[in-house]
Amino acid sequence: MYQIKTVSEELVAHGVSTCHGCGLELVIRAVLRELGERTIIVIPPGCAALFSGYGPETALKIPGFQGNLENTAAYAAGIRRGLKRQGINDVHVLGFAGDGATVDIGLQALSGAMDRDENIIYVCYDNEAYMNTGIQGSGSTPCNAWTTTTPAGKKGIPKDMMLFAKAHHIDYAATASVGYMDDLAQKIKKAKQVSGMAYLHVCAPCPTGWGYSPCDTVKVAKLAVDTGLWNLYELEYGKVKITKRIMVRKPVEEYLQMQKRFRSLTEEEKNILRISVDLSTKELEQLERMGE
Amino acid sequence: MHERLLLDGNMAMVEAMRLCRVGVISAYPITPQSPVAEKLSEYVENGKLNAEYIRVESEHSALSCAIGAQLTGVRACTATSSVGLALMHEVLGVASGCRVPVVMGIINRALVAPWSLWCDHQDTMAERDSGWIQIYAKSVQEVFDSMVVAYRLAEHKDVQSPAMVCIDGFFLSHTSEVALIPSQEEIDDFLPPYQPCNAHLSVDNPMFVNNLIPSSEFCEMRYQQKEGLDHVKEVLPAIHAEFLEKFGREQFTVEQYCCEGADMVLVTIGSMFGAAMQAAGKLRKQGKKVGVLRIVLFRPFPYEIVGEILRDVPVVGVLDRSAGLGAQGAPLFTEVKTAAANPSTKFVSMVGGLGGRDLSTATMENAFSYLEDVYNGKADGKAQKWIDLKDNYGTLRLKNIGGNELCIK
Repeated sequence: MYQIKTVSEELVAHGVSTCHGCGLELVIRAVLRELGERTIIVIPPGCAALFSGYGPETALKIPGFQGNLENTAAYAAGIRRGLKRQGINDVHVLGFAGDGATVDIGLQALSGAMDRDENIIYVCYDNEAYMNTGIQGSGSTPCNAWTTTTPAGKKGIPKDMMLFAKAHHIDYAATASVGYMDDLAQKIKKAKQVSGMAYLHVCAPCPTGWGYSPCDTVKVAKLAVDTGLWNLYELEYGKVKITKRIMVRKPVEEYLQMQKRFRSLTEEEKNILRISVDLSTKELEQLERMGE
Repeated sequence: MHERLLLDGNMAMVEAMRLCRVGVISAYPITPQSPVAEKLSEYVENGKLNAEYIRVESEHSALSCAIGAQLTGVRACTATSSVGLALMHEVLGVASGCRVPVVMGIINRALVAPWSLWCDHQDTMAERDSGWIQIYAKSVQEVFDSMVVAYRLAEHKDVQSPAMVCIDGFFLSHTSEVALIPSQEEIDDFLPPYQPCNAHLSVDNPMFVNNLIPSSEFCEMRYQQKEGLDHVKEVLPAIHAEFLEKFGREQFTVEQYCCEGADMVLVTIGSMFGAAMQAAGKLRKQGKKVGVLRIVLFRPFPYEIVGEILRDVPVVGVLDRSAGLGAQGAPLFTEVKTAAANPSTKFVSMVGGLGGRDLSTATMENAFSYLEDVYNGKADGKAQKWIDLKDNYGTLRLKNIGGNELCIK
């Protein structure tokens, strides 16, 4: 348990003004624990900006820059090249952005950085909506989920950022989850090693936006993986490797019923979800076999 | 030892960037800036320039990359035109607000719609309040010189504000002139290596740059920016003097031609100055007391200097190369009129040269002729005067669609 008044031994301060049970907070602590103090972070406006700080205070012990919503990858690339030009090669450059700033408005700059294979680590903490502005739907919001701009449930299936990363032929891409912190840590370690671009897409549940009890963030994240709704895998030079194999999947209802945002799902919609989990898991296993 | 080179404005800009030892270049091609992006990539590839080249996917990213790079402690640069600059709009404020003294080349081109590839100043005028210094060049030589001056000015510890060097698309960017290009040693002697003296991203001295600011601080930070720009009027004359001493060429904040004792002065900006001078010279020979003023530094605007020069001029025409839609006067006019030191001066807003229309000597003579009418009381000069507007503007293309009437029923 973090005590607000004690000085943090790690790189992130205690007592940050995130919501109770914030999933993203677990992500940033884990990522910076692995990357260490020789890291420069770029954060767009959004929930993670709570770590940039307010006024004269910051929650981070490392140097950082708060960019705009859509250009995290571009600022990070510029920082990397500036360091490179000066012969500074032992510093990690980290882009740390939410799903809105990544899969929607930030897609173009991210594509450019991936295309040029910039040596940056880009972490998308996915809380599946624009949470900082008040739970508006994003390209990452699940099908039929409630948000303030999808009051009758979101139409359409979320964008697949791993396919996006694959289409850009980057060295390393992985999904991760705050439900499985060891797996997340391993993936950050790998991301540190690559000479080009590394992309991590991390499930970061949001009690405020998803409508579950703040003490259940890890439980919800685990359930997303255990039900097959959030697959943990990596793409190393394009090859698929599943990092957490679920032998017996839990029913999706267990995940759905914990969250108010799925309250209005009909039986038919739940059925479609079950089928799509089956299909996507099979597809992933096939892709993994193809790479062997 | 300088070299005499035949260069167009784009290449003069590139030579300045090379000699000013830019460390990171991020560029996205757009007409008429593309040769700048191409030549810089060639220089990086063939080793003539020791820099990182970032082939970005948009102008928005071009400036973002430049800001990120410069924050680590290197001189970064980019260049753009027209809609490219408009796309950068959001990031312009980041550079100026974070006091990152990036120098950017702008090859002026009209903004859409309608589409035009050619020169006017609406692109940079739309960014006049972005906190960037704006310098408008008149010749290829001045493109080079202004770039070198801009680095010194922007990076000055009391200024710490980014700068745009604005050059007229095609008229300057694609027109070749002989230019004197100093040696690397001479430039190094004028422009020291880049030293960040404000925000800096370094793991050895961690700071978080550009976080959320409460209203209790925001106003003061804006005022610091204002002060930075205010310092230009103290800092720039010394830089110009040193430039003159080292390179033998005078640099201008404003440039005058026959303004003293003139009855009518036409205020210009950019490459149109040449045609205006030629017209004025001809009219002077006819005994008409006309003069021309060129605004070189548009931001921060040199109000005192302009006011003083125009103090005893009865009629002042201000020729904008942008429309200033919805305003009583276009942007340059508004500034010049604000600078007025004498309440009895008559100011006339003139607009011309839009979308690449040539501001010829004949057009300039027409402008002076209108100013003469105002001077003689034949025209009141209150309405905005579009000096090269064709009379058929309202019926344009009608015969091409096969009728003499509008087809709207």
